[in-house]
Amino acid sequence: MQKKYSTLFILSLALLCKVTSAQETIYPAGPQQGTTAIIHATVHVGNGTVLNDATVVFEKGKITQVGAGIAAPANATIVDGSGKQVYPGLILSNSYLGLKEVGSGVRGSNDLVEIGENNASIRSLVSYNTDSKIINVLRANGILLAHVAPEGELIDGQSSVVQLDAWNYEDAAYKSDIGQFIELPSFVVRQRGRGFVRQPQAADPMKEAFNKIETIKKFFTEAKAYLQEKNHASNNLKFEATRGLFEGKQKLFVRADEVKQILIAIDIAKAFGFKVVIVGGAESFQIASILAANSIPVILGAQHALPNTEDDDVDQPYKLPAQLTKAGVLVSISDMSENTKQRNLSFNAGTAATYGLSKEEALSAITLNSAKILGIDDVTGSIETGKDANIVISDGDILDMRGNQITKAFIQGRDVSLDNKQKQLYERYKFKYKIK
Amino acid sequence: MKRIFLWLTLLSVSVMSKAQETFPINGVRDIRSGLYAFTNATIVQNATSKIEKGTLLIKQGKIIAVGQNVAVPADAVVVDCSGKFIYPSFVDAYTNYGVGTNSRPAGGFNYGAPAQFVSNKPGAYNWNQSIKPETNAYEIFAADEAGASVYRANGFGTVFTHVKDGIARGTGAVVTLATHDTHQALIKTKAAAVYSFEKGSSTQSYPSSLMGSISLLRQTYIDAKWYQTKPATEGTNLSLDAFNATQSLPQIFAADDKWSTLRANRIGAEFGIQYILKGGDNGYQRIEELAKTKASFIIGIDFPVAMDVEDPNDARFVSLADMKHWELAPTNPAAFEKANIPFSISVSEMKDSKTFFANLRKAISAGLSEAKALDALTKTPATQIGVYDQVGSVETGKWANFIITTEPVFSSTSKIIENWVQGKKYVVNGSEWTNLSGKYKLTIVNAGVNTDYNLEVKKDLTASIINADTLSAKLSVNESFIKLSFPSKKGRGAEQIRLGGVIVGGNWNGVGTDALGNKTTWTATLVGQLAAAAEKKKDADSTKALAKITYPFLGFGNETIPNQETILIKNATVWTSEKEGVLQNTDVLVKGGKIAKVGKNLSDASAKLIDGTGKHLSAGIIDEHSHIAALSINEGGQSVTSEVRIGDNMNPEDINIYRQLSGGVTTSHILHGSANTIGGQTQLMKLRWGATDEGLKFAGADPFIKFALGENVKRTTSTNNNRFPDTRMGVEEVLNDAFDRAVDYQKAMKSNPNTRRDLELDALVEIMNKKRFITCHSYVQTEITYMMRVAEKYGFKVNTFTHILDGYKVADKMKEHGATASTFSDWFMYKTEVQDAIAYNASIMQKVGLNVCINSDDAEMARRLNQEAGKVVKYGGVSEQDAFNMVTINPAKALHVDDKVGSIKAGKDADLVLWSDNPLSIYAKSLYTIVDGVIYFDREKDAEVRKVVAAEKARLVQKMLGDKRAGAPTRPAMASLQTTLQCADHDDHDDLATIYENEKN
Repeated sequence: MQKKYSTLFILSLALLCKVTSAQETIYPAGPQQGTTAIIHATVHVGNGTVLNDATVVFEKGKITQVGAGIAAPANATIVDGSGKQVYPGLILSNSYLGLKEVGSGVRGSNDLVEIGENNASIRSLVSYNTDSKIINVLRANGILLAHVAPEGELIDGQSSVVQLDAWNYEDAAYKSDIGQFIELPSFVVRQRGRGFVRQPQAADPMKEAFNKIETIKKFFTEAKAYLQEKNHASNNLKFEATRGLFEGKQKLFVRADEVKQILIAIDIAKAFGFKVVIVGGAESFQIASILAANSIPVILGAQHALPNTEDDDVDQPYKLPAQLTKAGVLVSISDMSENTKQRNLSFNAGTAATYGLSKEEALSAITLNSAKILGIDDVTGSIETGKDANIVISDGDILDMRGNQITKAFIQGRDVSLDNKQKQLYERYKFKYKIK
Repeated sequence: MKRIFLWLTLLSVSVMSKAQETFPINGVRDIRSGLYAFTNATIVQNATSKIEKGTLLIKQGKIIAVGQNVAVPADAVVVDCSGKFIYPSFVDAYTNYGVGTNSRPAGGFNYGAPAQFVSNKPGAYNWNQSIKPETNAYEIFAADEAGASVYRANGFGTVFTHVKDGIARGTGAVVTLATHDTHQALIKTKAAAVYSFEKGSSTQSYPSSLMGSISLLRQTYIDAKWYQTKPATEGTNLSLDAFNATQSLPQIFAADDKWSTLRANRIGAEFGIQYILKGGDNGYQRIEELAKTKASFIIGIDFPVAMDVEDPNDARFVSLADMKHWELAPTNPAAFEKANIPFSISVSEMKDSKTFFANLRKAISAGLSEAKALDALTKTPATQIGVYDQVGSVETGKWANFIITTEPVFSSTSKIIENWVQGKKYVVNGSEWTNLSGKYKLTIVNAGVNTDYNLEVKKDLTASIINADTLSAKLSVNESFIKLSFPSKKGRGAEQIRLGGVIVGGNWNGVGTDALGNKTTWTATLVGQLAAAAEKKKDADSTKALAKITYPFLGFGNETIPNQETILIKNATVWTSEKEGVLQNTDVLVKGGKIAKVGKNLSDASAKLIDGTGKHLSAGIIDEHSHIAALSINEGGQSVTSEVRIGDNMNPEDINIYRQLSGGVTTSHILHGSANTIGGQTQLMKLRWGATDEGLKFAGADPFIKFALGENVKRTTSTNNNRFPDTRMGVEEVLNDAFDRAVDYQKAMKSNPNTRRDLELDALVEIMNKKRFITCHSYVQTEITYMMRVAEKYGFKVNTFTHILDGYKVADKMKEHGATASTFSDWFMYKTEVQDAIAYNASIMQKVGLNVCINSDDAEMARRLNQEAGKVVKYGGVSEQDAFNMVTINPAKALHVDDKVGSIKAGKDADLVLWSDNPLSIYAKSLYTIVDGVIYFDREKDAEVRKVVAAEKARLVQKMLGDKRAGAPTRPAMASLQTTLQCADHDDHDDLATIYENEKN
């Protein structure tokens, strides 16, 4: 027995030597040192432009030069981009990354949905867990920024943009408290199920829905009045939380799929002067022209979705980004499926490129468009001088699984690790089976 | 009106009733013969015999004579029926009249709630609460005037009634709708036994699915037969006693739609029973299939009302199929008639029984003959429930159950005046007895001064006064009382002249007030008839073309099922999924549903040519793990449900079949869910769009069964689970126990012919004898390992581990065991047991030497399985060909059908996909998807069908709007539900605008 134990011990030591780092020893990168230059690369700027045999230079986390025929500065750390594709860091424009680790069955994992119908004052940023095992998986697929939002019944709370290589949430904060999320009730009249299981019906679902809309409007109306006065007998945190919306510093993200929901969202935008973003937008193709006319952008929910009705074109969700783009709507592609699918963000864009968008337009939908919608396009979303060096390098076409192989990523010029728990388990079992 | 009606009813009861002889009389006896003679009537005896100017003689509730030359006895009460029609009153073969309303159905299995394992009914009854053949409607039947009057108002006189509750519901009785005496009304006690798929008020967990209901009923037939051997172990089982005792009766199966009736019929075929099938109100959509059952049907005519589609946002969610059904439903009875299927029409489940005649007329104008309509309301139902010797026609010896109508019963203006049941008169529209239409001379006497008016009354009692001006008058009749009012002059604000009185034949008289309120008296005398009104113009709509029936009955269905073709695909890059690998510039010839040749420069003059230049041709994709095209997926009521079969509840009208064809899928393995350790039997199917449920099935394939381990079978998401097991230790023991029982069962079956056949254990014995194969939902390495050890202990192998996200940890053990792995490319973190899931899983298992498949378990992802396979190249560097094999030949091997499908090789089934690009690429689209040499998906044709769907929907929206504008009733536009089932799913997903991802597994 004693002997066996020691053998095990030696074996585990050997294992430790072989697998040098566990998730816990994947370190966030330190600040960029010196100057870095990616040379001879195909650069997809993110705004539709492609630069062949181009150079990207960045320093102190900022891009200083981009273009073809630019010589790398002396002393620059050279990254040879020959034959490789360079992209802006991908942005997951809507998610609950870091707020809920395990999808189902674990109540303790919920830091996403708070109790109560109005939680205007809560902030997602403070429970964003930088030690989530999911973050590293997404980063390895070129997702460098994520918009993290709470969920709830009606008024969900405030969202922030985080960068995906950080020690703690304060480090991760890329732009804090950028918006308020609200939910709108459904206005689709449903009948009982066709199948074996019978569904109970709400007493008057329409009335219930209108009451909820009324609750939202009343809240903003009273908040607006409250904010006219500086001194209050007692502070109201929820009203205070709307200040950013009224001052135009925050956006109102409205989770809405149906046409009627979107019309109500536009109504709210006009009534209160809010900058509104539609999140979801499954039916948005029905009123694309209205969205365009009102300059209301859309963060799409799920690119890889089934059509909403059995009579819809079989590829309706696939061509939705193209339909909106052609109508002049600013579109971001995201993935609101559980964490399990978000690593496929670039393939969501790839599908949009297969069904009507150009490849560069599809890339914009997960980079520059997302940055514009989130209000961070002044610092990221494209590979342009002056912006943060948020950059991804792939062996081939990032939109296609046949080309997508991320070999390097920089967040604010920091050369971030692409390692993650999955790769480590891969190494562990390659070791076990002696796979080369 | 109500009071008078009640009074008349009571009167007729007191006059006619004859108390039971055994009953004491409180008072003076009052025995009457009830001898009535109805003379000068047009008597429609049945659909084929009509007597003009006939006499009907009834006595003591029975018909004693009928004909043209019937002598009327002196002591008969003579009722002159000149101008009137007498029909046999109608018979409804499916009601629950007079036996109480059943409690609300308990519905399906609640995944979170504690389970109830056995019946909570006290007494020596069946283990399952939904099997209640001991129920006898005749024991609890009580005549009920409120219920009966509704039926009688529509001309019904006799109904079959039963307790509408449960899967085996017991017997129903035949009763008349006479309500004065329950003893008389009950004319047949045990008339038929009734079955259904719905567990009704049962609170027991099992069955929780359609396939569970089917299995339970099948097992009950087996148990009942076995019980006849009087097994000591069973003691007395009153339910099985009753079940056996009622087998000689007519057997009615209360099914639902067209597929449901076919399912019921298959159970009947298995146990040698020809059911009378109740259901099939959409039978016209598959009438040939229904005809093949050779069954007699009971159908409803509750045709859907037009929806309010004014708001396009609401109308958008109404499916074309629902709209077409609205248009075509009235053609259903005619379709049954045309197909020579015997059927009766039931009124009992109409939401609004007042629409009965209107709908009947709709059916007639849609092609149902009046003779067949009458049969369907009289002779056929009476025959179905075995009482045609007593009711259903106007013939001597039968009960005096007849209706008296103003006109031929199906004409649009006809009214039922009286409905006689067992010789008792029930007044329906008493005032219709006299036809009041005609020209009258109205005389009003005011203070001795006579004023005459010309009064014209139409059949519908619209009246007008025609003197200098034509004034519209208000006339209303209540039994024999009449009210008449009209303005004193033309123009607004004219005072009303009001009259009230009685009708005495053609003369009316009474008192009234004039415009100033002075008292008057009045008389009205019939002086002539009105000129016959011109025939109403035929409804313009009926001449217009109706929606086409498509297969399946969905927007994207085909009017005719596409044919097998000879197809030559030229010059494609051919992914053979064979050792030849990928062949450039190669031709493939398809003939007779098979791949005829693979090579260069092939030609065939008869072939349809498809240019494959620059395109990629591959074998059709095979999805090893799918949940589409089924009505239920989980039988969660017990931990072991190996008796249930997905194949029992296929849904060939799932749009996901077509959607997946568009993604190149040609074969899908439809699995039971993961609600329990030993789930149900699976169904392999080919995506033959438009086939029937049976037609989808992959013929000759080895049978499989779904097992599941881990969180779902432990019911981890439930906070109050009481079902064993709750840990992985318990899961292993469920397996051991099940196979231990199966071993004993197998021995017993061999040694003792009286052993009870157990469908659950049959399936397990098949597994042990390598006649049935397991695909096992599994995640973590512990459970994977012990599943293999349990299998080895009982002498078989686990064929396939599905999900198997921890497979990479025990790939060596799985290889040694000989199992296939069928997994996802990159899912993770959706539950605790997948925290170690890695995207490199498939690649490691492949490199260790396992047969690896990539499957969907997701109706959406199944459309992109080629790309999911592509990710196995990205994660772990498997070759492109090896990766693509994971969705073609590997699953074919896993499913033991690699001799037929999964690769491109001469002699194999022509299941092919022509891709626009390398099939592993995100940019690849299927241009053609071919199954058995039939092009089921053609991207160019699809573009055309989209236009047809839009145009047809627009037409039907306009038609519904037209109906609404014309004043027809409408109901709110209801979203047509799309059902998406997954592993641990128990509910229909309600969300339309968002695709709802239930717990992933």
